[in-house]
Order: sequence, then C-alpha cells, then structure tokens
Amino acid sequence: MEKRVTFRGWRLPLILILPQAIITAVFFFWPAGQAIYQSAFIPDPFGLKSQFVGLGNFEYLFSDPYYLASFRTTAVFSILVTVVSMSVALWLALMADRIIKGTGTYRTLLIWPYAVAPAVAGVLWLFIFNPNVGIASWYLDQLGYDWNHKLNSGQAMGLVVLASSWGRISYNFLFFLAGLQAVPRSVIEAAAIDGAHFWKRFRTIIFPLLSPTTFFLLVVNVVYSFFETFGVIHTITSGGPQQATTILVYKVYADGFVGQDLGSSAAQSVVLLVVVGILTVVQFKFIERRVHY
Amino acid sequence: MSGMVEKTGKATWLIHLGLIIGIGIVCFPIYLAFIASSVTQAELVRPPMPLLPGDQLVENYSRALFSGINAPVWRMLVNSMVMALGIAIGKIIISLMSAFAIVYFRFPFRALFFWLIFMTLMLPVEVRIVPTYVVVANFGMLNSYTGLILPLIASATATFLFRQFYMTVPDELTEAARVDGASPMRFFLDILLPMSRTNIAALFVILFIYGWNQYLWPLLMTTEPEMNTIVMGIKQMFPSGDDLTDWPLIMATALLAMLPPVLVVIFMQRLFIKGLVDTEK
Repeated sequence: MEKRVTFRGWRLPLILILPQAIITAVFFFWPAGQAIYQSAFIPDPFGLKSQFVGLGNFEYLFSDPYYLASFRTTAVFSILVTVVSMSVALWLALMADRIIKGTGTYRTLLIWPYAVAPAVAGVLWLFIFNPNVGIASWYLDQLGYDWNHKLNSGQAMGLVVLASSWGRISYNFLFFLAGLQAVPRSVIEAAAIDGAHFWKRFRTIIFPLLSPTTFFLLVVNVVYSFFETFGVIHTITSGGPQQATTILVYKVYADGFVGQDLGSSAAQSVVLLVVVGILTVVQFKFIERRVHY
Repeated sequence: MSGMVEKTGKATWLIHLGLIIGIGIVCFPIYLAFIASSVTQAELVRPPMPLLPGDQLVENYSRALFSGINAPVWRMLVNSMVMALGIAIGKIIISLMSAFAIVYFRFPFRALFFWLIFMTLMLPVEVRIVPTYVVVANFGMLNSYTGLILPLIASATATFLFRQFYMTVPDELTEAARVDGASPMRFFLDILLPMSRTNIAALFVILFIYGWNQYLWPLLMTTEPEMNTIVMGIKQMFPSGDDLTDWPLIMATALLAMLPPVLVVIFMQRLFIKGLVDTEK
C-alpha cells in the first residue's frame, strides 16, 4: 500500500525519521548485537578478558537441568495463566452479553484492573496469602490446609498464576464481550426458536463464531505471560522456592544481574530473541487470517 | 426484540447475581488492600484481619506520602508521573514524525528504515536487559529521567498506528495543500495533526498506563531510592531481614500506585477501549 501523492525532497524526511532511527539503533540493535556477540564468549572471573567459546554457552545452557526446567516452568505457567484468565473472562462476558440493561456499568466495573501493574497485583496477592498475616492462608489453616508458598513449590506456582491471571481478566473480558456483541442476534434467535438451549447455542453457534477472538487472545496471553509477568514473579516468589517459579525472563535477570554470569545470560537473551521471533510470526500469520473471517 | 432469547424474571436475576459475584471476586483484593491501609499494624498481625475500615486512614496515607520507608511516596509518584508522561509524549512525537516521513516521502533507504523500525516489534526490553543496561550505564544515564525514558520511547506499534491512519487520509487533501503552495511541514501541522487528534488521545491513554506500570526497567535503572518509581518502589519497602513488614504503609502505597492509571481507564473509557483495539491490530 503506497500513497499516490507525495512530497518532494529527501532532507526533511531524513530529519523527521532520525530521532526514532537513532533511538532504535542505540537502544535496540546495538544491545541485541551485543547479546549475540557476548553469547559466544566466557568472561574470566575478573572480567578483564573473555575467551571465545563459539556455541559453548548454548551447549552448556541446553545441558543445564535448571535451564531446561525453566522452559517447563514457563510452559506450565503460561498455559495456566492463559486458560484461567480466558475462561473466567469468557464466563463474565457471556453473562454481560445476555443482559439487556446495565452492560455498560458492569463493563466499567470489570475493566479497571487492567490498569493495575503486574507488580502491584503481586503485592496484593502476596498480602492475601502471606503465611503469617494473610486472610486466605488463615482461613485455609482453619480448614486444616497448611499454606506456605515460600516452601511449597506447587502453592508458589498457584499463587503467581492467580496474581497474573487476575489482572488479565479485564483485557480478555473486553475482547470477548466485543466478539459476542458482534454475533448476529438473528442467528441466535433462530436457534432459540428451533428449541436450542443456551448451552447448545453456545457450543454450536456462539463459540465457533467467537473463534477468531479466542485464537487472537490465546496468542496475546501467551506473549503476556512470557514477558510481562516479571513483576509478579519478582514481588511474590523471586523465582523460588528452588527455582519452581523461575520463568525464562526471570532467569535472564537472575543470571545476568544477580549471578553476574554474563555469557550465559547473553546466550539466554539470544534464545529468547528466537522465541519472540517465532511468537511474532505466529501473531502476524494469525492476524493476516483474521482479516478473512 | 431480545425477549425471545433473554428469559425474563428469574433467569435474568440469576445472571445479574452471577455478574455481581464475579465483580466481587475481581474487586475483593482491592477492598482488602483498602482495609489494610486503614488500620494499625497491630490489628493486622493478629489474623484474621478486620473486614471493616479502621480509623487510621489519614495517618497511614500521610505517613506513606511524606516519610515512606526508603523515600517518601510523593517523590516516587512524581518520578512515575515524569516517566509515564515522558514515555507517552516521547513515543507519540517521534512516531508521528517518522510515520509522516515514511508515508508522504520517497527518500533513499526508506524501505530499510521501515524494516528496522518494524523489527523492534520483536525486541521487548525484557529480552535484552543486560546489554541495554550496559549501554545506558556507559552513557552515565543511571538514576536519571533520561535513562528511564529514552530506551523505552522507540515504538514500532505507535509508528504503525499512525502509518495506518495516514494511509486513510484522502490524497485530495495533499494535492490541495500542494496546489496552495503549502510546505510539507504546514500540511503536517495544520491538516494531518488535527485530523489525528482522536488517535493521539487513544494512544496516549494506553502509553501512559504502559509507562506508569513499567517494572523491570526502573528496577535496573534506579539504584537511589530518590529516583525509584512507585510501582517498583513498593517491593523495596519490604524488609530484607526479619523485621516486621509494615503492611498498612505498603498497602497504602499499593493503592496510591494504582490510582492514576485506574482513574485514566475509568474516566477515559472510550479512548482507552479504542486505544486497546487499535494497538492490538
């Protein structure tokens, strides 16, 4: 797609594009290049020289059980966050779509958690489930269930999933509601006249028509749980206990800044670059398809 | 019309009830945080915590705002505001300009620039933290607003949004401007910018929330408490040793941290939804 009518000259457009070009070069391409370059070296303990190791950092990385475990953790975490936040949002959107009056009010009351930062959401849920003062952990204790996410890795995972999904419900709700409201009323009413109950209408008409929205949200939520949940992990568990909640992005940070293992951290950055690349291609492929629906 | 599908009476009430329960669950954490920010520390450390507000509201909030733990919270609010506004306004300005150049001119290396910007879509800051940190540290920009803002203002999303919008602007307007002898910058400032108003506003809402809620970047960038942003500063308020956590103070800070972006979403709901849909296309 190109404009037919354009302006002449080349100095002005170059000046206009320069600020973005410089910032992109200095803060995107230079660091990304550095990551790729550093991933081929191991710095000596004093940081004076580094030794070229080729793909050694990657070989080491993929034989490191902690790194492989981090892949698994990331997969489990993002699947849980995606499923939990999308199903709750769909449930709420289905109800909000069925009522005649008040949809707007309910929408207002449901969308504002979008604005709560993942790190702040982390602090809220940390307070609720704090083993000493938390109200949820106290009631669980009364029921005879011992809650301590600082020691129990399953509970730690549950808590970070809960905190990450909570803030995501708003976003999914908005897109599901928009998708539901785009389903033609006449089709649903025709099915209702034929005697299809709500559940049957949902399965045979609404859900298939909603599938573009669902696919789109699947991709977006996976990307979200990969990269934007760092704040939740850092505030609630710091990756623990025993790295049970160390997702890939958290591991890059922990190895690079806390552990000062620059070669490994750079190699991990490169692996993440590849992952982001794949996710972006999937996203674009899908959006291309979405236009045809 | 919808009476055929929507059952009246009992069924409708059940749906309303379901929605209210849903909203209750979604809002409950915030309610608990509000209660915790209104009571004394002593009331909180003996579980279960009270479920009705106490009388320490003013005390807790003024303690947070004016003394805090590492730095007064008003200071962190100012830092967050500068960062969020800087990122939102900076991104919008450089994107408006570069999209104008790409759409309305044919210049050398145009395609190259386009693809370079496009590729940044694939490089979130979380992926390249260590090397980006090194670059910023070498510039001496740690603990500065420039260091907080500059690396985050290049955005392919905003550039693409404006590009899409410019493509829909009728060519007749450009022709008319050229016939009238208007310079490209006149056309940009007097015709294109006013037409982009709604898009700019919608994008501003989304980018303000994005900037306000940044966590990892300020965590690396600001080692001095005076430069902490509020979202990353909360975690720093937890004691590192065995000291008692000051929950009322932390919960008051958490509520202060979410207030500005939440108000933006509630009061600019139409722009917010437009921005959300636009940026995800």
